[in-house]
Amino acid sequence: MESLGNIIMYFVIALAIIVFSVLTVTSRKILRSATYLLFVLFATAALYFQLDYAFLGAVQIAVYAGGIVVLFVFSILLTQKPGEDAKPLDSHHRWLGLLAAVAGIAVCAVALFSYTQFCGQQLPDMADPDIAQIGHFLLSTDKFGYLLPFEAVSVLLLACIIGGVVIARRR
Amino acid sequence: MNLTLLMYLIPSLIMFGCGVYGFLTRKNMIAIMISLELMLNSIDINFVVFNRYLFHGQMEGMFFTLFAIAIAAAETALALAIIINVFRIAKDVDINKINKLKF
Amino acid sequence: MPLSYTIAVIAIPLLMFLFLGLVGVKMNKKVTGVLGVCGMLITTILAYGVALTYFFGTGEGQMVDGVRKAVTVFNPDWLSFSDQLVVRMGIMLDPIAAMMLVVICTVSLMVHLYSLGYMCDHHGNAEKGFQRYYAFLALFTFSMLGLVVATNLFQIFIFFEMVGVSSYLLIGFYYTSPAAIHASKKAFIVTRLADLFFLVGILILSFYTQTFDFFGNDVNGIMGMLDDPQASLAQAGTTTFMGCSAMAWALTFIFIGGAGKSAMYPLHIWLPDAMEGPTPVSALIHAATMVVAGVYLVARLFPLYVLVQGAMDIICVVGAFTAFYAAAIACVQSDIKRALAFSTISQIAFMMTSLAVSSANGQLIEIHGGYGLGYMASMFHLFTHAMFKALLFLCAGAIIHAVHSNENDKMHGLHKYMPITSIAFLIGCLAIAGIPPFAGFWSKDEILVAAYEKGLGWGLWMSMVAGMTAFYMFRIYFLIFHWKKHEIHTEHAPADQPWTMTLPLIILATISIVAGFVPAANLVTWDGAPLHTQLNWTVACSSVLIACVGIGLAFKMYYKENALPERMANSCRGLWTAAYKRFYMDELYQFITHKVIFQGICKPIAKFDRAIIDGFFNMLAQVTNQTSFGIRKLQSGSIQSYVYFYLIGALLLAGITMACVLL
Repeated sequence: MESLGNIIMYFVIALAIIVFSVLTVTSRKILRSATYLLFVLFATAALYFQLDYAFLGAVQIAVYAGGIVVLFVFSILLTQKPGEDAKPLDSHHRWLGLLAAVAGIAVCAVALFSYTQFCGQQLPDMADPDIAQIGHFLLSTDKFGYLLPFEAVSVLLLACIIGGVVIARRR
Repeated sequence: MNLTLLMYLIPSLIMFGCGVYGFLTRKNMIAIMISLELMLNSIDINFVVFNRYLFHGQMEGMFFTLFAIAIAAAETALALAIIINVFRIAKDVDINKINKLKF
Repeated sequence: MPLSYTIAVIAIPLLMFLFLGLVGVKMNKKVTGVLGVCGMLITTILAYGVALTYFFGTGEGQMVDGVRKAVTVFNPDWLSFSDQLVVRMGIMLDPIAAMMLVVICTVSLMVHLYSLGYMCDHHGNAEKGFQRYYAFLALFTFSMLGLVVATNLFQIFIFFEMVGVSSYLLIGFYYTSPAAIHASKKAFIVTRLADLFFLVGILILSFYTQTFDFFGNDVNGIMGMLDDPQASLAQAGTTTFMGCSAMAWALTFIFIGGAGKSAMYPLHIWLPDAMEGPTPVSALIHAATMVVAGVYLVARLFPLYVLVQGAMDIICVVGAFTAFYAAAIACVQSDIKRALAFSTISQIAFMMTSLAVSSANGQLIEIHGGYGLGYMASMFHLFTHAMFKALLFLCAGAIIHAVHSNENDKMHGLHKYMPITSIAFLIGCLAIAGIPPFAGFWSKDEILVAAYEKGLGWGLWMSMVAGMTAFYMFRIYFLIFHWKKHEIHTEHAPADQPWTMTLPLIILATISIVAGFVPAANLVTWDGAPLHTQLNWTVACSSVLIACVGIGLAFKMYYKENALPERMANSCRGLWTAAYKRFYMDELYQFITHKVIFQGICKPIAKFDRAIIDGFFNMLAQVTNQTSFGIRKLQSGSIQSYVYFYLIGALLLAGITMACVLL
């Protein structure tokens, strides 16, 4: 039995996620759309905190909310024509898109509800993994060590930085 | 009332559906990228939730999410750079008008 | 080795060719001409030295028991493909090779000297391409010299081809004239076609003998296998294909190659057209190079030919027919060079026939000391014919140079204007007609004796052709130098030409008178042993009589202008026209190549190729193209439509999976 606070918290978060997700894709102003995305990301971070993944939540806020959304905002501003009002976002094939999205959700939902044996699983107790442990795993070469992907990602990020600079540079 | 696994998956599923809808219907390329972020995010949630509920002694799901976030950041940065460049050349970010290289 | 300087005889013309061809353009025209003549003079002197040393020297291995042996001066490996397949390039001297060196060098020297005058206009200015002309002459001489001293069949083949190429270059010397271009192409294609057979013959022969060499260095050459019943050559005589032995096939094919070069019927069509080249070149082709290459080839392989009676019979029939056929045509031609060309064909056919009749049955071998008489006669005739035919052609060149025309009716009565040329031409005619003591009598007499020994019919046939020879040669002579008074067409009266052109005429005329006294029977025999011959009085008298009849007839008809020739032509108009048109052989070739091969065979094949083969691949391309065009809409470039497709696929897969699991 969960504490009431947790349950309330959950509903608030779930509601926020659903509402802001829908708003993100339906808003007719792109800056607002980006803002709603920010809220979704915050809500997700809250979800991580609730699930005892404090480090992950922090990363989510720092990278996603702090980094990516800022990037979005910058690029939105950079792709506006100077001196003009922002054009309202318009969509096409709205019903077709809706149908596709709903069909996808339906199929997944059927799948979810038919696997009752672990979908009804209770939240087990777990000690919050501490930062030292995470750091140990990230830089370890043992079993469950993530040194190789860690290094790969670092190289990827470097390549990405260089690529971004080269592509976006004014010729 | 218990917070079951299913209860976490449902918002994630809806978030994913929204992402699909946005990806399919938006015309602005940046808006399409935003929808993409929604989908990625929902997948991250799934990893974390499954890890937490089914394999709480291990941390694979968490690390996967960690790397996914890093890669998503890289990918977004690159994609936005491309979009800005395209905008400079084509003066537009409408995905239907970027068809100069089509046959 | 005392004969090692033979290499210089071969090398000097080659060096002359390279030198004149490469730097001649930068030099004064006259200087290149004089240089060419000097080079040829040195070559000739060396060649005489070689011949004298070979025939009369007492070098090592030259004479064994009174039999003259072949001497291999050099024979290094040139291309060694494997232990068995080695192509060598060398120099070998035997009686005919030594004789040919003399013939080629003499005629070539005369032609070189003569061309100094001939290739200039009336003001003494050299023609355009003078240096090129001398370079090609040197190449031609080199090719022919290389051919006669060849140590193996493959070397002969290579030089055979080079002779063909150089004749092509020289016949087409006036490359701006379409007739010359056609003639050169015709000569090249016809002889090249024949050479294909030659090559096949070489391959068959060498397959059985395992060697190209005539006389091997370390292993036995082809000739060395003749006495050995165990040798692989004997196997070639027993392996049969379509009723004939492999040996017979090989030798027949090789003969076809020779027949192409020697202008035997029906491969003779290129020779009359070859007169499109400068006249001295015709002299060279007709007398010493090119046409005698075929005769030389058969003579070179004579020891093999005597083994195969069938091949010899083919040569005999072809030769006898060609001799008559060409003589008949020569009787009515109005173009002086063409008449001489057919005369050459006829005389070359004489040599071929002579070679072929000498392989008579064993009885004759006992009586006449081997089958060497025809062989000796043939080679002797080759020698004498080269001299007087070169003389006749050079005279014709002088006349043409004087009157600027090839046609008889532009000449007439030139005796008064060109006495030296006239006398030289007369000597040539007497020589070819076979009047003693001129050269032609001695050699032709030997041929007739050999023919009579083969059979009475052969003898009579050849005697008749000899009579025709006398007739047509004197017909030409009388038409040119007598007939009626000369009408001057050009701005100046015709006269004897400058000394560069007259001197060769005098020299060759002298040789034509005395060449018959060369003791050929002692020197040029097939096995190297001297042949004891004596004058056969019956044959000699009858042949002189026939020649005189021919000359008399020509005198009656053509000495003074009269209507007799016209009447005779009218009395058998059809035959006359047919002979004048060379029995329509060119038209027949034209018909076969153009109508039958090009139209009848090649056109349908080309059509098939275009319609079916090309069509099939065009269709493949068309179908691919249209399919791609049809489905290119799928590659829309719109990411969102891709996502739709992807989503449909993913949902279907998920649906199917779930349906399977749940139901």
